[in-house]
Amino acid sequence: MRKADVSWWERVKNLKKKAKEVRIEIIKMIYQAKSGHPGGSLSAADILTVLYFDILKIDVTCPKWISRDRFILSKGHACPVWYVCLAKKGFFPEQELSKLRKIGGILQGHPDMKKVPGLDMTTGSLGQGLSAGIGMALGAKVLKLNFKTYVLLGDGELNEGQIWEAAMSANKFNLNNLIAIIDYNNLQLDGYCHEVMPIEPLKDKWISFGWIVEEIDGHNVSEILSVLERLKECQEKPTVIIAHTIKGKGVSFMENNPEWHGKAPNEEEFKLAIKELEETRNNGQLDFYP
Amino acid sequence: MDNWISTREAFGDILSEMGERYKDLVVFEADISKSTKTCEFARLFPRRFFNMGIAEQNMFTVAAGLSTTGLIPYVSTYAVFAAYKACEQIRTFIAYPELNVKIVVSHGGLTPGTDGVTHQATEDLSIMRSIPNLTVAMPADAVATRALTNQAYYYKGPVYLRFTRCPIPIIYPKDDENFYFGQARIIKEGGKVSLIAIGDMVYQALQAAKELEKEGIYARVIDMYSLKPLDYDCLEKIANDSRFIVTIEDNTILGGLGSAVCEFYTEHYNIPVYRIGLQDTFAESGEYNELLEKYGLSSRNIVLKVKNIMAQRGI
Repeated sequence: MRKADVSWWERVKNLKKKAKEVRIEIIKMIYQAKSGHPGGSLSAADILTVLYFDILKIDVTCPKWISRDRFILSKGHACPVWYVCLAKKGFFPEQELSKLRKIGGILQGHPDMKKVPGLDMTTGSLGQGLSAGIGMALGAKVLKLNFKTYVLLGDGELNEGQIWEAAMSANKFNLNNLIAIIDYNNLQLDGYCHEVMPIEPLKDKWISFGWIVEEIDGHNVSEILSVLERLKECQEKPTVIIAHTIKGKGVSFMENNPEWHGKAPNEEEFKLAIKELEETRNNGQLDFYP
Repeated sequence: MDNWISTREAFGDILSEMGERYKDLVVFEADISKSTKTCEFARLFPRRFFNMGIAEQNMFTVAAGLSTTGLIPYVSTYAVFAAYKACEQIRTFIAYPELNVKIVVSHGGLTPGTDGVTHQATEDLSIMRSIPNLTVAMPADAVATRALTNQAYYYKGPVYLRFTRCPIPIIYPKDDENFYFGQARIIKEGGKVSLIAIGDMVYQALQAAKELEKEGIYARVIDMYSLKPLDYDCLEKIANDSRFIVTIEDNTILGGLGSAVCEFYTEHYNIPVYRIGLQDTFAESGEYNELLEKYGLSSRNIVLKVKNIMAQRGI
């Protein structure tokens, strides 16, 4: 029904445009910093864009508003995408983005909640974000607040045992205000997930832990938007969205290549990447959703 | 000094009273509430009590997340499972963002006795002390436990509070609330010998001072319950009167109270410091008192140590 709605397509179109801008900023930041994690930042770019520019109930003028929705980037190394979204949203000046990983700056190599306005949880050591999100969701229950907590998990970090401790506890406390999203790009630092440490059957695992599982294409803005929109209205249990993604998405030579997990592009690569992203942005065809 | 009570029990009592007073106080526990004595709080305030099962790492990060909503979590388990198993969670997700989480742990030092090394936290004070932003303390008896547990609620930022499994004597007058993080208490004045103790060792130090007095040696006894921040004023005050210092802790001598006191004095005073505690070793199963005796932490050991030092130095 919604798909016939013109305003829906308008939303999707705007978000897609925004996602392209986010990707360009990510590459610029990491190039300037001369280090960082482009692959995982690009794979999560569409998801974060939809969250920050449509779904999340947040207020830039009051970053600590008690009833705000919470978002945690559990895969903290992908923070460039988080920083870009927060800056573009207006939590801090965009000039800060050029100081990623620089001494004296607020944008640490891995996110620090004390330094960055609008950032709800310090992350960087993997396997922690879901637990922190459970704490926030539990807090909402105790305080009788109706905000939602969103946690973006990497696929590789599902190797961590604590994720499954957390999964168990979310079910115990029936946290129907908690949404986990898995950025399933199937690559981790050392290689393919199924080679480093197989996580399949992933859907069955979460179902057996008492979660509701949704599966989407993590680069299809319309799909991301529609599942998050639906969950906003009605959620019975803790829910995990398995978002199938491509590491490095948007820059062809970075796509699906584990080499781009944690390295910055050189000048030539940088120019190439920006050119490709800009061309995509200006290509009217891609703004059109089939 | 007839009244013996474990500080975990005193903690359980005050926690329940605080639950009544402070509606934003929340308790986390990892399946050992009957042992850590949070069970009474659980019975009285089931909606503010979360049993996280045997999963301490998750528990500490959940508490970190919850504290960002403004609620004040007291996270209870044994010292070994907090300081070792959840060390990174405490360091990176509680201390680094300076979240208002109170880590309240039982079974400090050799006090689990017969349970053996797996349950004896004998390095936790050293580990926790080295973490920035974290306040670390161990009360010497039930009275101090009540005061510090309550004090932690008003104290902004993360706190590590360590309790005993076995009963220890009450040494402070009932309802004494004069305990503050960053302060120490001189509980017995003395002469050229100063005994600085923490937690359950304060009683041993007091007993030792009594014995020494019989032989005409007047030892000062300091309850250094706040390991971090350390009361430098107190250390300064006693430095000029003391010929030497003995530190006593139910913990390894590496990195804990002894080290903290040495660090201060080596930079500011020319005064020898001797450290009593576990001498870079694990202990074993045994009754608490037997362990103190065997590993050199009993009052008798303290007396011997003091007399040896005096003989050596010709005091």
